[in-house]
Amino acid sequence: MMMPTVPSAQKISVGALLIALLIILPLIVNSGFALTVMSQGGVAIILALAFNMLLGQGGMLSFGHAIYFGLAGYVTAHVLNGMANGDLPYVPVSLIPLAGGMAGLFFGILIGFVSTRRAGTAFAMISLGFAELATALTLIIVFFFNGEEGVQTDRWVREEWFGITYAPDIQVYYLIAVWCVIATLAMYAITRTPFGRMSNAVRDNPERVQFIGYNTHRVRWLAFSLSSFFSGLAGALHAINLEHVGFETVGLARSAVILIAVYIGGTSHFAGPIIGAILITLLNAYLSDITPAWYLYLGLIFVIIVMFAPGGIAGLIMMHDPIRRAAPSLLLCLLPAYGTALCTSLVALVGSAGLIEMLYFLSTTTTENTLFTLYGISLDTADFWPWLVCTALAAAGVFGCSRSYPRLAESYGAAMHEARAAVAS
Amino acid sequence: MPSCTTCMAPLGAPGIILEVFVFSLFNGALYGMLLFLLASGLTLIFSMMGVLNFAHASFFMLGAYFAYQIADHVGFWPGLIVAPILVGVFGAAVERYALRPVHRFGHVAELLFTFGLAFVIEEVVQMIWGKVPVPYDVPASLNVAAFVWQGLDYSAYRLFMLLISIGIFVALFFGLTRTRIGLIIRAALTHPHMVASLGHDVPKVFMWTFGVGCALAGVAGVLGGNVLGTEPGMAIQLGPIVFVVIVVGGLGSLGGALIASLLIGILNNMAISYDFSLYPIFAVLGVEREADGVLADLVNLTTGGIAPLVPYLLLVLMLIFRPRGLFGTRDV
Repeated sequence: MMMPTVPSAQKISVGALLIALLIILPLIVNSGFALTVMSQGGVAIILALAFNMLLGQGGMLSFGHAIYFGLAGYVTAHVLNGMANGDLPYVPVSLIPLAGGMAGLFFGILIGFVSTRRAGTAFAMISLGFAELATALTLIIVFFFNGEEGVQTDRWVREEWFGITYAPDIQVYYLIAVWCVIATLAMYAITRTPFGRMSNAVRDNPERVQFIGYNTHRVRWLAFSLSSFFSGLAGALHAINLEHVGFETVGLARSAVILIAVYIGGTSHFAGPIIGAILITLLNAYLSDITPAWYLYLGLIFVIIVMFAPGGIAGLIMMHDPIRRAAPSLLLCLLPAYGTALCTSLVALVGSAGLIEMLYFLSTTTTENTLFTLYGISLDTADFWPWLVCTALAAAGVFGCSRSYPRLAESYGAAMHEARAAVAS
Repeated sequence: MPSCTTCMAPLGAPGIILEVFVFSLFNGALYGMLLFLLASGLTLIFSMMGVLNFAHASFFMLGAYFAYQIADHVGFWPGLIVAPILVGVFGAAVERYALRPVHRFGHVAELLFTFGLAFVIEEVVQMIWGKVPVPYDVPASLNVAAFVWQGLDYSAYRLFMLLISIGIFVALFFGLTRTRIGLIIRAALTHPHMVASLGHDVPKVFMWTFGVGCALAGVAGVLGGNVLGTEPGMAIQLGPIVFVVIVVGGLGSLGGALIASLLIGILNNMAISYDFSLYPIFAVLGVEREADGVLADLVNLTTGGIAPLVPYLLLVLMLIFRPRGLFGTRDV
């Protein structure tokens, strides 16, 4: 039987709460910019979850996942244009994302068949090869991709059920929200089917899986195809949202950003990619206005997560779950250690971010203009003291972190120990 | 894109086609040797540690920027020595203090780390030297014609690049096959546990291999930065091609890396300098010259247009059908 197992009541209520939040969010924050950000966030969530079907659940690191996202976007744009000029029969725009999903599925089945024959590093390199191939093809096949201009489209075809036209952005937001919920539930259900478990098994121990009698290639291929379907769905929503698809949607850079988002969020928990997608959308929308160096911060966060917290943010949160279940009061004992770790991290962050901002400022400014405002303080980058203060803060912070984090790990270990004792007794 | 008459013209004049052939052979070999400088280090690192160093081309970029900075202050020649050493020391430090701790999380985590590192290095380079190309120039003493042939001159600097990279290949080849250190490195490639049991410090061998590999990438940066252009995008442009080279050549095989580098370098240069139309192929298949839709794109294809595709097609096909590459002894 390929039926998913039923989740616990607690998980169902968390899910219902999140869905309610999606519905009322535009009523609370209803500026045009916030709505755009939320729409992008919804698309990012679907794409991140689809990507994690490969990386987290299937153990396949893909550098070319934007291919399915982008190609589906192009197909969607062409379908919308075809419907508008009568070449294609009319289908409600609300259902068009399914066409994108099918396009993603088609390319996923095709490319997946050859690339999932190998796992691990070889798979990653094949995906990189396909990513470069796709990027080169977008500029060669003008008829479909329209070169560097991309394909323009119009999501308004005709009035649909309940007078929906997709002219106002709020309607597009709800379209994305509905598809986001459907896709999330579907992907969650997939993790709870026997196939989802087999995908995990192929990730952890392919040899043993083969020994039992499963075909690992076929399991990886199926996971790859399903993941491409959901990426295609996201790509279609992206095309409907922006009404334009460019060659950059297929490229390596977009695949890289999804990968970074998913890994920062956490690959080992279902909610991880959702956290990562929301975080990266918010950073992209708000941090990129404040600092030109936000890509550098993103890269640094990613490297730090890879080195010290391979479980990502979700992994860090879930580490505390056993303690919370055993004795919630034990979490309070962790607070002092967390406090010092947070303080030292903040000092290190303020110092190093100050240095980065000043360096970035110097690389973009003319030689005469050295006046710069950092953290609301006006200073002259030609002076010695701003550099001294920032370097000192950064050094002190890093030194503090090298002391505070081992202490945090120690108190975490102690709390875990007590939690185990509490469970045993 | 040139029309068909111009791209077919060289065929009519045998003198011109020969000189285009010779010059694109030279330039292709040169590009190939630069690729080899990058690929030699990468293939040793990959086959020894199983780490696909995504940041390898970033070390190439750092080499170019360091050389630019040094050339700006004291001249090109000190930079040729100092910049690769700096890059090598930085590479060794990265291996020792960042990559080694990640090792326990597995190969995918290591790959992710080097991927993040490449991302960060690109951003840091932009932060320090800006987003536009820096004026890193060919040294004046070598900026002359080495020889003139059939009315085209060949720059002395290019000849110098070729000689240096051939010299490095010879030194590397002898170092690996004729010295004791080379013997240990080759043993550590295939039997790391046995080498460790015999009392060698395998992690240290890894660290030095990583450092030297990065230094070689740095040499390529110093030599190639002023010809290819020193800008923040240079790493991401060259990086994937180097992966193609090591996969096609075969893991851990220096000879394979050399042949694959030359192959890709020369093929690429030939395809671009001749820029033949691919229409005759489609004409055989019965495609009209004035076709429209997808066929129009096919009719207009030239070898120069599909040149960027070929290496990646080669990579994908090689990984699927012959994962050990041309001269490798084991699969990727």
